[in-house]
Amino acid sequence: MTESIRVRGVHRRFHLGDQIVHALNDIHLDIAQGEYLSVMGPSGSGKSTLLNMLGLLDVPDEGEYWLAGRDTVPMTEEARASYRRDHIGFVFQSYHLIPRLSARENMELPMMLAGIAPAERRKRLAPVIERLGLDKRVDHKPEQLSGGQRQRVAIGRAIIMQAPLLLADEPTGNLDTHSGADVVGLLEELNAQGTTLIVVTHDQSLGNRAARRLRMVDGSIVSDERSGESA
Amino acid sequence: MIRIQDQLTFTLRSVLRQRFRTTMQLLAMAIGVLAVVLLTGIGEGGRRFVMAEFASLGNDVLIMLPGRKETTGGLPPLTGEGTRDITLEDANSLSRMTGIISIAPIVAGTARLATSGISRESMIIGTSETFFTIRDLTLQQGQWFTTRKGTRSRAECVIGARLRDTLYGPAKALGQWMNVADYRCRITGVLADTGTGFGFDMGDALMLPVDNAMQIFNTEGLFRVMIQIRDPDNAPAMTTRIEQQMQLRHDGQLDVTIITPDSLLSAFNSVLMIMTFGVTGIAAISLLVAGVLIMNMTLIGVAQRRAEIGLLKALGASSMEVRRLFITEATLLAGAGALVGMLIAEAALWGLRLKFPEVPFTAPLWASASAITLSALAGLLFSWIPAQKAASLQPVIALQNQGGK
Repeated sequence: MTESIRVRGVHRRFHLGDQIVHALNDIHLDIAQGEYLSVMGPSGSGKSTLLNMLGLLDVPDEGEYWLAGRDTVPMTEEARASYRRDHIGFVFQSYHLIPRLSARENMELPMMLAGIAPAERRKRLAPVIERLGLDKRVDHKPEQLSGGQRQRVAIGRAIIMQAPLLLADEPTGNLDTHSGADVVGLLEELNAQGTTLIVVTHDQSLGNRAARRLRMVDGSIVSDERSGESA
Repeated sequence: MIRIQDQLTFTLRSVLRQRFRTTMQLLAMAIGVLAVVLLTGIGEGGRRFVMAEFASLGNDVLIMLPGRKETTGGLPPLTGEGTRDITLEDANSLSRMTGIISIAPIVAGTARLATSGISRESMIIGTSETFFTIRDLTLQQGQWFTTRKGTRSRAECVIGARLRDTLYGPAKALGQWMNVADYRCRITGVLADTGTGFGFDMGDALMLPVDNAMQIFNTEGLFRVMIQIRDPDNAPAMTTRIEQQMQLRHDGQLDVTIITPDSLLSAFNSVLMIMTFGVTGIAAISLLVAGVLIMNMTLIGVAQRRAEIGLLKALGASSMEVRRLFITEATLLAGAGALVGMLIAEAALWGLRLKFPEVPFTAPLWASASAITLSALAGLLFSWIPAQKAASLQPVIALQNQGGK
């Protein structure tokens, strides 16, 4: 249970014209359940590719990626999709809510895709709504919500399947300081309750909050700092 | 796996959201189906109308003509080019057969009619009085001529109503002498206007006893023999018996063709069916066009909803589910469009029936069914490529910060 993520010798290359970009270059990484990581680095350093790979959205060209006791690299796309649904929650910088659906329906989406009946969905959603403080906004469309509220809905969607791994890509990038701090507080609260939290960010102060900080340059992890004891 | 109800709701909301696209697709499909159903309905109505006209001949009348041709497939021979004539004696011998009610020999041709200074070329039909009962003709004035067997018939004739109008106008025609080529006959009757039927325009024709007509045209051979049989269901057996009789009389050679009304009808039927099919085929092209439009629209939809597709995949939708979403959407649209088109077509056919009550304008079930099936299929087929494209989209793009909501 200590090592929920194990990455071994992962490479990922992209072809840009006749140039080959080595987005991930021999990555080795072990992450225990409940860790709080930040990934920082300049643009093009491969941190987004790493996040995609960890989120099962992208498949390494080489290497192994063990998640919850299974190597995900040889999996079929279909198997990876359901694995993604059950194990990983995403929080994006630009929220990615579906505009025609209400806040509630957006949060229900993963359950809908999992084929859970509407009554059960409501039941599971109720405590999440309460926790996110969205009671009054739950039937609003995304365009009627503030940025902070939208990101809360997105977080609600990410945690509804009770995924043990939460991946956040610049979660505060589109938010003002106040609602940004609010969202970070929420994410850290979830982490404190045992969810593994990985945050990719440019924001030094946000990155420094994490107990474990990775720095990436040119597709390689150049530093892996830990401060104190991980929570 | 996503539940069917959820998928339908999801699809429906996405369809309702994109009103313009939805309207265009519905319209395209509706027009395609409208064209197919309407054109088939009109074609089918025309066919049935023509068939009904032909059926007025009655299905208990066989037609014998000289010459032998295979009548399976295609039109039966309409021009007699027999090697050996059917004589009046041949025809009379048939009338003695059991199962035959009556026969009407026919000699036809054109000749110059002349009466008190007016002359014109006209259709001459030499026949017997049985012709009138077989063809169900009625007289406006006077009476039928009578033919006599053995001796020569009297010089009498019956004329069509239109011919009477052209030659005599309002003057009395009955009892007048008419010159037919170098022969003379007295008009005993005028046909009621029964219009056209089976190729003969009775309104413009002059009818006279068959033996006199044979003399006028200087022929021994009959053009046709109409045979009225007692039992229409027995037509094939009667045909064989008549053929045997004729073979016997013609030194063992079978050189006549007997057309049953059914074979005639089926021949015309197949011609008209082919026409209906042709028209349907042309209309089906518009369905194809609608299909291409659906493909374009779905492609645009996929391009516009890249972020959504990526998101769905990130949230755990498999490629198959994404593909199914788009295909369901396109098929739903195609189906709804087809339904709209069919309703309009049925309404239009209903209007046509009101306007032309004599023509039975109705789209056959097969046309409506195949139009609906075809449009659903087109929706399915033409959304396949875009859906495939959507499904193979890398979910990575959903993570990219592209300013979505």
